[in-house]
Amino acid sequence: MGNWVVNHCFSVLFLAVWLGLNVFLFVDAFLKYEKADKYYYTRKILGSTLACARASALCLNFNSMLILLPVCRNLLSFLRGTCSFCSRTLRKQLDHNLTFHKLVAYMICLHTAIHIIAHLFNFDCYSRSRQATDGSLASILSGLSHDEKKGGSWLNPIQSPNMTVEYVTFTSIAGLTGVIMTIALILMVTSATEFIRRSYFEVFWYTHHLFIFYILALGIHGIGGIVRGQTEKSMNESHPCKCAESFEMWDDHDSHCRRPEFEGHPAESWKWILAPVILYICERILRFYRSQQKVVITKVVMHPSKVLELQMNKRGFSMEVGQYIFINCPSISLLEWHPFTLTSAPEEDFFSIHIRVAGDWTENLIRAFEQQYSTIPRIEVDGPFGTASEDVLQYEVAVLVGAGIGVTPFASILKSIWYKFQCADHNLKTKKIYFYWICRETGAFSWFNDLLTSLEQEMEELGKVDFLNYRLFLTGWDSNIVGHAALNFDKATDILTGLKQKTSFGRPMWDNEFSKIATSHPKSVVGVFLCGPQTLAKSLRKCCHRYSSLDPRKVQFYFNKENF
Amino acid sequence: MGQIEWAMWANEQALASGLILITGGIVATAGHFTQWYFGAYSIVAGVFVCLLEYPRGKRKKGSTMERCGQKYMTAVVKLFGPLTRNYYIRAILHLLLSVPAGFLLATILGTACLAIASGIYLLAAVRGEQWTPIEPKPRERPHVGGTIKQPPSNPPPRPPAEARKKPSEEAEAAEGPSAGPQDNPIPVTDEIV
Repeated sequence: MGNWVVNHCFSVLFLAVWLGLNVFLFVDAFLKYEKADKYYYTRKILGSTLACARASALCLNFNSMLILLPVCRNLLSFLRGTCSFCSRTLRKQLDHNLTFHKLVAYMICLHTAIHIIAHLFNFDCYSRSRQATDGSLASILSGLSHDEKKGGSWLNPIQSPNMTVEYVTFTSIAGLTGVIMTIALILMVTSATEFIRRSYFEVFWYTHHLFIFYILALGIHGIGGIVRGQTEKSMNESHPCKCAESFEMWDDHDSHCRRPEFEGHPAESWKWILAPVILYICERILRFYRSQQKVVITKVVMHPSKVLELQMNKRGFSMEVGQYIFINCPSISLLEWHPFTLTSAPEEDFFSIHIRVAGDWTENLIRAFEQQYSTIPRIEVDGPFGTASEDVLQYEVAVLVGAGIGVTPFASILKSIWYKFQCADHNLKTKKIYFYWICRETGAFSWFNDLLTSLEQEMEELGKVDFLNYRLFLTGWDSNIVGHAALNFDKATDILTGLKQKTSFGRPMWDNEFSKIATSHPKSVVGVFLCGPQTLAKSLRKCCHRYSSLDPRKVQFYFNKENF
Repeated sequence: MGQIEWAMWANEQALASGLILITGGIVATAGHFTQWYFGAYSIVAGVFVCLLEYPRGKRKKGSTMERCGQKYMTAVVKLFGPLTRNYYIRAILHLLLSVPAGFLLATILGTACLAIASGIYLLAAVRGEQWTPIEPKPRERPHVGGTIKQPPSNPPPRPPAEARKKPSEEAEAAEGPSAGPQDNPIPVTDEIV
């Protein structure tokens, strides 16, 4: 438990502040509308649901302001870069941008539900009091005229007893924009579930652009001024405390209470969302500008197991280890941008990505490049964007775990280390690397093979064989492969990969690995990096907590997960 | 968009619509709004839609993640055969179910969402998709001793006496690490944890 707190203390603090602000804003707005004299007469018709609706509206404004910020990739990259003097744990929070985006979205959904339910009750109250003929305060207030000549100081938006709430909803700006916003929100949420996002990325990508309608509708939602409060002037003349009881006598000449006059609450949502919208527009313009720059494809390699490698060049492109880019292929789809990790090292004069078939777009891309006799399709690149892998070389001991194609960021890191070794870079902080690659089938190994073979040779030549400790695990094995491996046990190199390190079968036993690392490096800070499935992240996180010592001077494991 | 199975998204949308119908219906009935009986209808329709849409259909390509505890509803939905398999029928059913809820403001959101789900199901049906239940995989019981019929009746073939002498002489001469008649091709370590 202690380790969990230490590792997550910043996340917990940040979330606590966010939740606290939500609660504060809700309670503050609720009390304001529940207690203020300005809304005394409004409350007479509506009751507490007025305050409920306004409180949730304030929280909706707050969260709609926040929701655009975590997806401004360029801004976050910039923050990450400028915060290089900040502690490692602080920068790690920027990795959780997508998680925060989802949390804010859930809060928006919750407050939308509260807001809509409260307004349903409000409309029903307005409708009843409009149709009431009992001469109560509510019915008199509802009868206040909508006629502009008499000042237009009405309270009840339902103008006549025959008007239905549905009519008012669809003919008022607030109602119509409310319906548009809610439908856009629901469609965005249903197409963004994990299942849909992972299986049919295009559905998620295109539907999520409905947020434009959401933002536009939110901006003009409050223009109609349906939420009415008593005007200052009217409060000075006929304060509700004095005049509310004598409402039958408002029209009498000798009563010192006049009919109250009301004005609409001005729209304020646009004030909340203006700055993030501008930031986001800048972000999209920046992405577009970067994408227009010419990308030259210098080499195309088709690896076995349908893995495509593209080596490219772009003017002014500079990267760090383990960063990722978004690429777009206009001939396949004009609007889709897909993320891929860079597999080349910063020291190389090109940048490369390895793509495997994972859906419609990737399949079309690979097919387009497979055709040798037609021209190579044009590619647009946006990026690079930074993720946790940038931090690998900051740790003394690094444990890198890649599952399947998830090894790509680490390909970049290992290559970079190779180049640093070649240049005899003594500033390299990293003293030892443990690398685990877990894969289902052997074919996917081949493009990584050459890299590991040359690294092996490199280490031998420099006499530093123990710098890189790597283990390869084959999870999709069958008895044939194992039998073959057992028969060839005595050979110096592995029969599947040709490397000196033998391939292991099945999954690694993390407890053994972690305890070995903890005993060999009792005083170091160990960074654990994973690019792979959630279940593996859970077991690694548990091991990190279990094997980190409570004494901050002894071995500490910090867990980092790639997120796309 | 060749590989997209629209039915999967339609299913998520319909499930969400069912929940929205139930919520709207509860608000309308509890608040005793005018024409609140539409709210009561909405609750019933919402529950029906949720139960129908809860079991996720099987994807054509790749593995499908089941929803928690969906196998009970899968059995029920499977019983109706072509009525639930065919997405045209589902599209029309959802459209018809959504209409009465459109008369009440509290449930009109449910109507809109269910109508959209109906539209996506129609698209899925036009592209020839079908609902296939996710069957639990029958667990293969390991055939322990399936090939052992009888103990062998003859001893294993042995090389003649002269050939048998050679390995033992070599072992004495080489003074290899393995002591004893048994040579393990893979070193066996006794791991005491």
